[in-house]
Amino acid sequence: MAVMTGEVIHPSRDEYHQVVAGLKDEGFEMCVDVCGVDYLAHPGRGLPPEVRPERFEVVVNLVSMEHRRRVRVRVQVPESDPTIPSLFDLYPGVEASERETFDMFGIHFADHPDMTRILMPEDWEGHPLRKDYSVGRVPVQFKEAPGER
Amino acid sequence: MSHTDDESRLVAETSEGTQEMFSREGTTAVERRIEEGGIVRPPGGATALDAGDIDIEVGEDETMIINMGPQHPSTHGVLRIMMELDGETVLRAKPIIGYLHTGMEKTGEDLTYIQGATNVTRMDYLSPLHNELVFSMATEALLGVEIPERATWIRMLMVELNRVSSHLLWMATNGMDLAATSMMIYGFREREVVLDFLEKVTGLRMNHNYIRPGGVAADLPDGWQDDVEAICQAIPPRLAEYDDLFTGQPIFRERTEGVGRISAEAAIASSATGPILRSTGVPWDLRRTMPYLFYDQVDFDVVVGTYGDSFDRYAVRLNEIRESLRIIRQVADRIPEGDYRTLDKKVTPPPRARIDESMEALIHHFKIFTEGFKVPEGEVYVAIESPRGELGCYLVSDGSPKPYRLHIRAPSFSNLQSMANMVHGGLVADAVAIISSIDPILGEVDR
Repeated sequence: MAVMTGEVIHPSRDEYHQVVAGLKDEGFEMCVDVCGVDYLAHPGRGLPPEVRPERFEVVVNLVSMEHRRRVRVRVQVPESDPTIPSLFDLYPGVEASERETFDMFGIHFADHPDMTRILMPEDWEGHPLRKDYSVGRVPVQFKEAPGER
Repeated sequence: MSHTDDESRLVAETSEGTQEMFSREGTTAVERRIEEGGIVRPPGGATALDAGDIDIEVGEDETMIINMGPQHPSTHGVLRIMMELDGETVLRAKPIIGYLHTGMEKTGEDLTYIQGATNVTRMDYLSPLHNELVFSMATEALLGVEIPERATWIRMLMVELNRVSSHLLWMATNGMDLAATSMMIYGFREREVVLDFLEKVTGLRMNHNYIRPGGVAADLPDGWQDDVEAICQAIPPRLAEYDDLFTGQPIFRERTEGVGRISAEAAIASSATGPILRSTGVPWDLRRTMPYLFYDQVDFDVVVGTYGDSFDRYAVRLNEIRESLRIIRQVADRIPEGDYRTLDKKVTPPPRARIDESMEALIHHFKIFTEGFKVPEGEVYVAIESPRGELGCYLVSDGSPKPYRLHIRAPSFSNLQSMANMVHGGLVADAVAIISSIDPILGEVDR
């Protein structure tokens, strides 16, 4: 019983769109998922030495039905300029998942047709899945009965 | 993608002479999606949705934007659909989601891997065992733990039973959306047979927390073979009843045949998986194409459709119930004796009897349930075939007992996007049938 984890590709932000387009030509016809990761509090990552770690990472999962293969593209996105090209022109199906990544991490996808919040209300402040966004607590209102019982 | 012989241009003869047409490839992706009905809010200012743009005196060529849902009975929860209508014809549609957003991915970062299964099981409330399975498999892949054979077979049995109950509920709600209220009652009635067994095994009808990292929570109860056999005998005659009720029934066929058609290319482009993709004729089923558990050792067929319409999606699901029962029979015959969870002390708490006699066992038990177990650093993506399509789990670990990042690739979330393509050009009443045929679970869409 082998869990297929596939291979991982680490392009730079400039190469990213081109690399994915190349993968699409190679036969990876479906983009199953786009998600973000905030590595703010992570102690250290197993990145190859050539790749400079940044705070955010966008992870793209591609599937080739013909070759029955999966490939994962991990791109580093700096905190100072969290912008990355959208894959919408290659895979229209990433529309919602890129919006979710924008909503949850504040990573902007350039040339996305509708870069709005998807899960949170449109006037929401902050990006909930960032590590410096707290979970939030509801204050306990009735702690104990007043006076002696 | 097919290319024309002449790369850039096509020439068509019309009554006005020769017309040059640009090839489809020349249109930008955004424009194409606007034409196909996928984008309601065009880039660079929401012109189409601005209320000021729509005159009060509506001319014949005016379109109207309406919101269907979020409380519409056919939107399967809290889905809102923004639709641009020309009369009764749907031009464009966009699902608006987020009403059920509970932040389960964020919560997952606050729970240990042991507690994690209780969290993910609540996402897709019709197939909770699939969620637990994908989470457990991802955790085990990071841990590098091998689970015993019996546990793997038990997982397969339970997951397939869950697929049957999920599809049955879909049949019920689909019937209700098409005003076949007897189907509504039938589907729930049959689902109860399966849920009774799940309750007997796991203790709960839903949100089982039965499949856990390292195996399953408990062994199958005594006499489970008889129960499974009873289920396998009870469901097929009922499926024949559904055939009588739906397949070949003129009203149902007219409401579904040719309604909500989607091509294989469009389904792949919009990342649709599961019955939606298979209804277009693409035999893509992860159980067969990228086998996990022991699916490569059992005999079953991948059901595919031809036209990709609502009727095909109905037929695919109906026949998938039959295939699942086939798998369940084989699994029941082949389950070996053995452990139902791994004996790795790191993951599995000591047996109850040991706690009474050994202080170390008590401490160990306590530590596992308070602190959890540490998972080595790394990241992994594991996908399984849930009743709705590819259910994936992306886990990032930083070496602590809690996941650093838990992301669930929910099939309904992606499948919903193919809806715009399906409803384009159809009628509002068809939209109801189409939304139903996608089988979205809003708990999973919003997570």
